[in-house]
Amino acid sequence: MKMINKIVIMVMIAIIATTSFIAYQKITLQQEKEISLNGAGATFPFPLIDKWIAEYRKVNSKVLINYQPIGSGGGIRAHMEKTVHFAASDAPLSDVQFRNATGTLHIPITIGGVVSIYNLPGISIYLNFTGEVLSKIFLGEIRRWNDPSIKAINPGVNLPDKEIIVVHRSDGSGTTFVWTSYLSAVSNEWRETVGKGTSVNWPIGIGAKGNEGVAAFVQQTPYSIGYVEFAYAKKNNLLYGRIQNAAGEFIEPNIEAFMKAAATFAITLPKGDENWSNVSIIDSIVNNKEAKGAYPITSFSYILVYKELSILPNINEDTAKELVYFLWWIIHDGQNYATSLYYVPLPKEIVKHDEETIKMMTFNGRQIYRG
Amino acid sequence: MKMTTQKIRKIKDIVMHFMIYLTLLIAILPPFSVMFEVIKRGFMAIDLDFFIKTTPTVGEAKGGIANAIQGTLITIGLASLIGVPIGVISGIFLSEYGENKFSTIIRFFNEVLNGVPSIIIGIFSYTLISPITGFSLISASFALAIIMIPIVTRTTEEALKLIPTMIREAAIALGIPRWKTILHIVLKGAKKSIITGILLAIARISGESAPILVTMGYWRWWFHGLNRPVANLALNIFLFANSPFENWVILAWGSALILILMILGINIITRMLMRGSF
Amino acid sequence: MKNLKEKIPSSIFYYLKSRISSLFKLSLNGDYIFKIFSGLIASSTILILGLIIYELILGSTLSMETFGLRFIVGVEWDPAIKRSFGALPLILGTLTTSAIALLISLPISLGVALALSEYMPKKLSYFFSFLVELLAAVPSVVYGIWGVYVLIPFLRDHVYSTLQITLGFIPLFSGPIYGGGVLTGGILLAIMIIPIISSVLRDLFSLVPSSIKEAIISLGATKWETVKMMMSYTRSGILGATMLGLGRAIGETMAITMVIGNKFKVFPSSLFDSWYTMSAIIANEFLEATYDLYISALINVGLILLLINLTIVILARLIIWRSLRIVRGIMRE
Repeated sequence: MKMINKIVIMVMIAIIATTSFIAYQKITLQQEKEISLNGAGATFPFPLIDKWIAEYRKVNSKVLINYQPIGSGGGIRAHMEKTVHFAASDAPLSDVQFRNATGTLHIPITIGGVVSIYNLPGISIYLNFTGEVLSKIFLGEIRRWNDPSIKAINPGVNLPDKEIIVVHRSDGSGTTFVWTSYLSAVSNEWRETVGKGTSVNWPIGIGAKGNEGVAAFVQQTPYSIGYVEFAYAKKNNLLYGRIQNAAGEFIEPNIEAFMKAAATFAITLPKGDENWSNVSIIDSIVNNKEAKGAYPITSFSYILVYKELSILPNINEDTAKELVYFLWWIIHDGQNYATSLYYVPLPKEIVKHDEETIKMMTFNGRQIYRG
Repeated sequence: MKMTTQKIRKIKDIVMHFMIYLTLLIAILPPFSVMFEVIKRGFMAIDLDFFIKTTPTVGEAKGGIANAIQGTLITIGLASLIGVPIGVISGIFLSEYGENKFSTIIRFFNEVLNGVPSIIIGIFSYTLISPITGFSLISASFALAIIMIPIVTRTTEEALKLIPTMIREAAIALGIPRWKTILHIVLKGAKKSIITGILLAIARISGESAPILVTMGYWRWWFHGLNRPVANLALNIFLFANSPFENWVILAWGSALILILMILGINIITRMLMRGSF
Repeated sequence: MKNLKEKIPSSIFYYLKSRISSLFKLSLNGDYIFKIFSGLIASSTILILGLIIYELILGSTLSMETFGLRFIVGVEWDPAIKRSFGALPLILGTLTTSAIALLISLPISLGVALALSEYMPKKLSYFFSFLVELLAAVPSVVYGIWGVYVLIPFLRDHVYSTLQITLGFIPLFSGPIYGGGVLTGGILLAIMIIPIISSVLRDLFSLVPSSIKEAIISLGATKWETVKMMMSYTRSGILGATMLGLGRAIGETMAITMVIGNKFKVFPSSLFDSWYTMSAIIANEFLEATYDLYISALINVGLILLLINLTIVILARLIIWRSLRIVRGIMRE
C-alpha cells in the first residue's frame, strides 16, 4: 500500500477514536448529572404510567424516568431481585413473596375493572351475568348460549342455540389474575380445580395474546366470550356484561361503579408496610350486601417499593428523594389524568392511606419526604 | 395427435412456464395485502410532526417517531458494525479454507444458531450483559448482531463458492498471494450477492421486537447513552398497535410504514452504490 | 530521496517480520495471517453458541431435577395449582407448523426464484427481485397483526369452508373453524419465509455459470429441462436456503402466537383447531413467570427447541453429504 494511503487511514482512525472518546465523555458526564429512575411491571397501568412519566418531566426536568411494561410477574420479579427502583403489579405480593422481599411497601396507584365481552349477532344490549354462570361457562359446564341458566337472568332476550366459544389470555397477566380471582371467589369448583393466578391451566378455551388479542378475537368471532380490561372494551365498542353483585343488582361496568367498589373497601386496608397478600376488593365485596352500585370485578393496581431505599444497589440519596416525590405526585396531581384514559382515580381515603405509606420511606433511616 | 417425446417435452415446458409464473403471483399476493393494510392504516399518521416529535402519551394530539427512528438507526448500525464483519470474514474463511473438519463444525454451529428463536438470543444477551449495563442499547445490539451473523456467513459463503475456481487459479498463476486474490478479486465478483445477504440480515433484525423487549425495553426519550435503552420502531409497533387508544394505534401503523420505507431506502441506496457491478 | 523514504518503513517492517517468524518458527506471510485471523473470527460462532447452550443448560437444571426426562413427554402445563410442566404438545406443535410452512413455501420459493432469474426479461426481473427482497423486511409483528385482521377472516370465510366441504371426510379437515389454528399458523409462516428462501435461491441461480446452461441448450433441451439441471447443480445451495427459512419458521415467535390460538393440548382436533409452539409459550410466559421452577421449565423448553434444531441441521448435513457423494461418484465415471 502506498505510504500516503497508510497515513490517511491512520489519521482517519485517530479522528474517529478521538471523537468517540469525546462523545463518550460528554454522555457519561451528562449521565452523572442526570437522575434516572427505573421501573417495570404490569401492562395494565402502562398507558397511565407513561402519561405520568411524560407529564412529570415537565414538572421536574432533572429526572429521567423509564418504565418497562413486562407484566405483573416480571415486575414482582424485578422488585424481588432489586433491579428496579419501583415495580408495578396488578396483584399484591403473595405470602411467600412478601416474606422474601422484606420491607416492601404496597402503594395502590389506580383502580381498574375487568369486564366480560361477547359477540352475539343480532344482540346489541348488555347481557346480565352472575359469577356462577360465568364460572360454569369458563369451566365448560355451560356450553350453549341458550342454556336455561343464562336465559333465566336475561328474560326476554332471544339467545341463540349456538355453542359458546370461550377465549382467555395466552400470556400471563394481571388481568387474568383479577378475572380468576373473581371466579375463585364465586365458585368453589373453580377455586379448587383451576385457581387464581397470572397464568392458569384453563379447562377450555382458545388463548389470545394480550388484552388486544382477546378483544380482536371476540370482535371477529361470532358467539365468543372473553374478558378484558375495561378500556379495551370501551375503545373497541364491544358489548360487555352486567355482573351481579352481592346486593343482587346487575351492575354495568363504568368508572363510578369501580369507584364505589373501591370506596366500600378502603376502610379495611392494612398498613403500607404490612402483608397485603389477602387484600382483594373482589373478595371483600363478593359477599357484601351493603356494596350498592359496586362492580364486583374491580381491583387495585399497585406500585411496590422498598421502605428503606438504601438497600437498592447503585442508589444515592438524591435518587431516593426524586423517587419519593415522584410517587407523591402520582397519587395527587397524577390522578387528574386517570379518567380520560379510562382509569379510576383513587378515592380520597386511599390517597390519604398512600400518603402515610410514602412517609414511611427512608434512606439510611432518615425519612425522605419533607413536605 | 401422436404423443411423441418431443411433444411431451414441449407440453411439460409450457405447463411449467405457466406454473412458475403462478407461484410468483401466489408469493406476491399476501405481502402485497400486508403492504396495502400498512399503507391504508399508516398513511393518516404521516405529517410533519410525525418526524419531528418524540413518542406521545395516550391522548396527546401531537407526537411522532423521531426518537424511535434515531434509536432504531443507532441500534441497527451498532449491530451491523459487530455482525457484518464477523459474518463476512467467517463466510470467507468457510468458502476459501473450508475443506476441513474445523470448518464443518463452524458451518454446523452457524446453522444451529440460525434456528435459535430470537427471544432466546435476547434472553441470552440480557443474562450476559445486564450485570454490567442493565437494560441497554449495547445489550440489544449484541443480540441483534448474533441474529445477523449466521445469515451473513451463510450467504457470503454460498456466494463465494459459486465463483469458479478458474479465477482463483488464474490469479495464483499470475503470482498474486492467496489472501489478495480473495480480498480483491473473488470478493469483488461475489459482491452483489454478499450485499444481498447483508441487506437481508439488516431487514431481518430491524423488524425484531422480541429480543428488543427483553434486552432493552421501552424508551420514550432520545438517545441518552449506550448503557441506556433507546427508542425502537419495531417495539413501539408491538406495544402500540393493539392498544385501545386511537393515537397510539395510528402511530403504530405509521411506524410500520416508515420502518418498511426505511428498509426500502437502505436497499435502494445500496443498489445505487453498487450499480457498477450489475 | 523519495525511494529512501519509502524504503525505511518497509525495511523495518520486514526486519520485524523475520524476527517474529524465527521466534515463533512460523512463516509469517500474508496468507497465513489471513487464514488464522479469519479462522479465529469464524470460530466466534462456536463460542457464542456454546455459551448459549451453557446458559440454557444452567437455567434448565431446576426443571430437569424436578421432572427429568418426563418433561419431554409430559402433557401437562399447570403453573398455578399443581406446578407441573411438560413439553410434548409444544414440540409437536412447532414441528407440525414448520413442516406445513416448508411444504407450502419450498415449491413456491423455487418457482419464484426461477421466474426471477430465468423466465423474466431482465428489467422486469430486477424490479420484481427488488420487490421480493423488500417483502423480507416486513417485521414479524406486522405479519402478526395482518394475520389477525386480514388472513384469519379471509381463510375462515373463503378457504376453510370449501376445504371442509371437499375434504371433510378426513379427520384433519373436520371440526369447528374459527379462522386461526394450526393450518393458519403454517400458512402465515410460509408467507413469511418465502421472500427469504426466494431471494437466496434467485442469487444462486443467477450465479450458475452460463457455460453449463449453454452446453445443455446446445443439446436441444427445453427451458424447463435446463431449469431442472440448474436446480440439481445448486442442490446444496437449495438445501442451505431451505435451512435458513426453516430456521426462521421454528424460531418465529410474535406472528405465530397471534394466530395459532395458543392452546396447550396434546393433539389438536383438526387442522383448524388451536395449538401451541415452543417459541410462542416462551414469549408469552417468560416475563410473567414468578417463581424459579416456572422460569426453569420455560428455559428447559428453550433447550429442547435448540436440540431439535440441532437434529434437523444434522439430518440436513447428512442429506447433503450423501448427495455430494453421489455427484462425485457420477463424475468419477
